[in-house]
Amino acid sequence: MALNPFEHADSASSVSGPPSGSDYLADSVFRIIALSCAALIILLILFILWEIGGLALPAMAQHGLSFVSGTTWNVGTQEFGVLPEIWGTLYSSFLALILGGTFGVAIAIFLTQDFIHARLAAVFRTIVELLAAIPSVVYGLWGIYVVIPMLRPVAEWLHSELGFVPIFGTELSGPGMAPAALVLAIMILPTVAAITVDAFRRIPYKVKEAAYGMGTTRWEAILKVMLPTASSGILAALVLGFGRALGETMALAMLIGNSNQINLSLFAPANTLASLLASSFPEAGQIEVQALMYAAVVLLLITLVVNVVGLGIQQYTVRKFEGKA
Amino acid sequence: MSDIDLTSRPQDIQRLSLERRPFELRALTSGILTGLTWGIAILGSIPLFSVIIMLVTQGGARLDIEALTSLPPAGFEMGGGFANAIIGTLVMVAIATAISVPIGLLAAIYLAILDPHSPLAGTARFVAKTLTGFPSILAGVFTYAVLVINFGYSAVAGGVALAVLMLPTVVLAAEESMKQVPQKMTDAAFGMGCTRSQVIWKVVLPTGLPGILTGIMLAVAGAAGESAPLLFTALFSNYFMSELMEPTASLSILIYNFSAMPFDNQIELAWAASLVLVLIVLVFNILARLIGQSKV
Repeated sequence: MALNPFEHADSASSVSGPPSGSDYLADSVFRIIALSCAALIILLILFILWEIGGLALPAMAQHGLSFVSGTTWNVGTQEFGVLPEIWGTLYSSFLALILGGTFGVAIAIFLTQDFIHARLAAVFRTIVELLAAIPSVVYGLWGIYVVIPMLRPVAEWLHSELGFVPIFGTELSGPGMAPAALVLAIMILPTVAAITVDAFRRIPYKVKEAAYGMGTTRWEAILKVMLPTASSGILAALVLGFGRALGETMALAMLIGNSNQINLSLFAPANTLASLLASSFPEAGQIEVQALMYAAVVLLLITLVVNVVGLGIQQYTVRKFEGKA
Repeated sequence: MSDIDLTSRPQDIQRLSLERRPFELRALTSGILTGLTWGIAILGSIPLFSVIIMLVTQGGARLDIEALTSLPPAGFEMGGGFANAIIGTLVMVAIATAISVPIGLLAAIYLAILDPHSPLAGTARFVAKTLTGFPSILAGVFTYAVLVINFGYSAVAGGVALAVLMLPTVVLAAEESMKQVPQKMTDAAFGMGCTRSQVIWKVVLPTGLPGILTGIMLAVAGAAGESAPLLFTALFSNYFMSELMEPTASLSILIYNFSAMPFDNQIELAWAASLVLVLIVLVFNILARLIGQSKV
């Protein structure tokens, strides 16, 4: 076939010829729109800080730092203090981190260190990811009707046998720190596992080969080579998982018992900043709303710091292995 | 480690052969730890199975046409359902998608193609990552401060709060998948004399589409399951929604409200609503997976 390659050149106007002036105009308009959308993300977080801060300002001016150190929340006398909530937030997240962190890292090792066939590992990964997909309220409901009844006999036994230890110091009346922290641990497990898996995957394969070449057993390789190499990534996973736990709301609002007290006992009801917001906000009057906004600022600051630290460590890890940002 | 001390006498080195006796301490430790890891992995997946079994038995028992088509019951009433909550959830997620996807996509285009190394892009990327770890309840508090104080509780406010939560997921996923588009393809398009926007619309977006859609689906799934931000923005309603600017029901808030009620009927409905909500979330998750796979 003798085909003239330029036969249709004129009709194919979209690619023939240089871009017209209007094309260039459209191009720069498009660039500006895209740029402003990127800027919008930055503005969004500033706007969030400004708005929540603005509403909290009256309460901040009135209560000052005594808000953070106060332990009563009484709308009638206008006494507002969130120390028990800060304690509850940190304590529940810490317990969840110990449990969810251990499980998350162990599962990440299980998935990446050739314990099971790669295809089976993919199936197991999906199972862990599905844990993350289940909504918080559903975990709350499950916690009320499965975890609390299951925990009750264990808690009664621990309290009667080991009641002198402060962490078993009270009876489990129903909702409380233990069921809340347990469900919280399940909720952060996928986060910790996913980031830890990434950290292990970043380690060059040669490192593991070298370890096995030295004649290590599987666990010597994992404990003495893989874990130290991935340590910064695992740290990032734990910090980000902790951040996730701090902000978790609904499951805790349903399980922790919303009690304004500081207690070391695992079975005592407690409260967190997020669940204080969730449970008090809908019925709050104007003064209480201002105090709640102050509580929101406290929560925002805590989670921002934790998340920024976690992301910082994560970026450091990526840079360490890939030599770029 | 003295095990590999090469200065030791030859007869010692012989003991360090690579042959591994099954009952020496290090092999035994390794075996025990392996067993422990298996145990932890299996134990870790029990909650998922427990949740699914409860949803199917408790929720499935009550999931019928009446539950899907009628309004929530009052206190001692029997029967009833959560049709208005299903509609409310879908409407608010749709609003959130309509807001977050265009903004997120355009921002991602800027981050991935237009100016990836500028300080603005670096900051925006970091902020987006920070926002993914942002407590969802604060998105609700923020929207309350901006919209609800002025216009009252509404489906629109709920949608905006969910959009704040979806935005970072959409941006980061879209940026990632646009970066995967081979440099050669965009170079070729530029070589043909295309402008930047032509390259983006005709080459980068179509090629990166599966990844972008995956990110959007995951964001939608996450938003559908959210409840904390809706407490402050959409509130709840016992009736079907008639306009977008009124308090609106959602599945998650219905579950939250009903879970604390002392009536068996409401608790059964909470389980049925949970089953529906998990199914909605799972459908979007599976869609995300399917779309994501198709690109390989």
